[in-house]
Amino acid sequence: MRLIIPLAITFTSGMIMILNFFIPHQPFALLGENLQEWYMIVASGAIFLGSANLLHVHFRKTRLKLKNWKYSPVTIVGFLVMIVLGLIYGVTENLPFDYLFMNMVAPMGATMFSLLAFFVASAAFRAFRASNWRATLLLTSAFLVMLGQVPIGAMIWDKIPLAKVWLMAIPNTAGQRAVMIGAAMGVVATSLRMIFGIERSYLGGAD
Amino acid sequence: MADIFTRMGNLDRRIIFILIALAVIIPILTDLIIPNIVGAEPSRDLFEFVDALPPGSNVILSFDYDPSTMPELQPMAEAVVRHLFLKDHRIIGMALWPQGAALGQDAMSSLSDSLGKEQYLDWVNLGYKTGGGVMIVRLGTSMRAIFPTDRDNVPWSEIPMLQGINSLDDIQLVISLSAGDPGIIAWVMMAGDRYDIPIGGGCTAVSAPQLYTYLQTEQMVGLLGGLKGAADYETLVGIENGEAIRGMSPQSVAHIAIMLFIIIGNIAYFTQKRKGGAR
Repeated sequence: MRLIIPLAITFTSGMIMILNFFIPHQPFALLGENLQEWYMIVASGAIFLGSANLLHVHFRKTRLKLKNWKYSPVTIVGFLVMIVLGLIYGVTENLPFDYLFMNMVAPMGATMFSLLAFFVASAAFRAFRASNWRATLLLTSAFLVMLGQVPIGAMIWDKIPLAKVWLMAIPNTAGQRAVMIGAAMGVVATSLRMIFGIERSYLGGAD
Repeated sequence: MADIFTRMGNLDRRIIFILIALAVIIPILTDLIIPNIVGAEPSRDLFEFVDALPPGSNVILSFDYDPSTMPELQPMAEAVVRHLFLKDHRIIGMALWPQGAALGQDAMSSLSDSLGKEQYLDWVNLGYKTGGGVMIVRLGTSMRAIFPTDRDNVPWSEIPMLQGINSLDDIQLVISLSAGDPGIIAWVMMAGDRYDIPIGGGCTAVSAPQLYTYLQTEQMVGLLGGLKGAADYETLVGIENGEAIRGMSPQSVAHIAIMLFIIIGNIAYFTQKRKGGAR
């Protein structure tokens, strides 16, 4: 039963959603809408699960004084402060929760992402070599896109932005489309395998 | 000479970090402005589509990003909001990412007063809702079922601008400012392909290549790619010295610096190779 019930739920839900897509009339329309709402409720529940897991991990790390444990109390305090302020004041603009979000969370988040520029520069310096004709082609394309992506490219030569648009729209699109079609076919195949109970790894067991 | 390049090939990465920092800081401190020229880019397509919409159109602006990608996407949000307000369109803000709702609120409310727009008459922020693509599909049948209240808990029935809006059929354009998944692709697949709603978007420069496929198939009406896309939109809207336009100078210098590093690295590589030392 532990296996049959989840498989039956997956099969029924999957078939309802497929039928809802191809036959958007009753009773499939209503069933589909209900399932969509259930999905959103379950996904909301996952947020609570994630929050509980975050606290569990960091309390444990602090208690056992694991590597870099000193950052964990900061995470816990920050998390609890935002939760308490959110519950008391809500998320309305200019109230404490929003104030802390806009003036602490937002700048810190932006700073973390901006660090990427330094690592990209360092990695490009060490690894981007014109070692063969394919790498040279990639390097040339990268230069054209980098120059076309900033106004200085047009100042150097007004055809550079056009070259960038061409590279993005033609060779890039051809490659991206191939990857996307392949991935989409994989998604369809995996979904069907799950709906029909062939693929069961999502249940957590090997069989 | 060859030794110099060999030594440069082994440059300490801290020096690279410092030089990149200087490449960004100096143009900011010196107020260097490099004029932004908008060519035949997908950003122009989005601008022209918004421009051609009849006044009073209902536009969903989905803030599908978080603070980490804010430097690229927030200037975009502000430029798009300004354009929509100037054209008298009604903005229905929402977010597929939890933190996007607050950033969207900031973009809309900061411009609303200066342009004489009123919350609930000209714009509303419905906030974040979980579910990604599934949530978008449900919007196709009932928006009120998904958002019974706005972000500040004001009921749907008490928001004047939402009266008469039931589902995605009542929306003339969706613009998703997206930093990943769920984002533009979910909107294209669920709202664009399924309900035939025009989709425009803005994304980080790194994710733009993937989205060009949707431009060619006309599944998207336009795309703002990275800070350049934001600068293009600011230029087209007529924002002088906007945040993205000012950001173009440090980005230009930083790109040149990175390219110089790559060239130096390659010279060092070939110098070593000639000596028989390169791997």
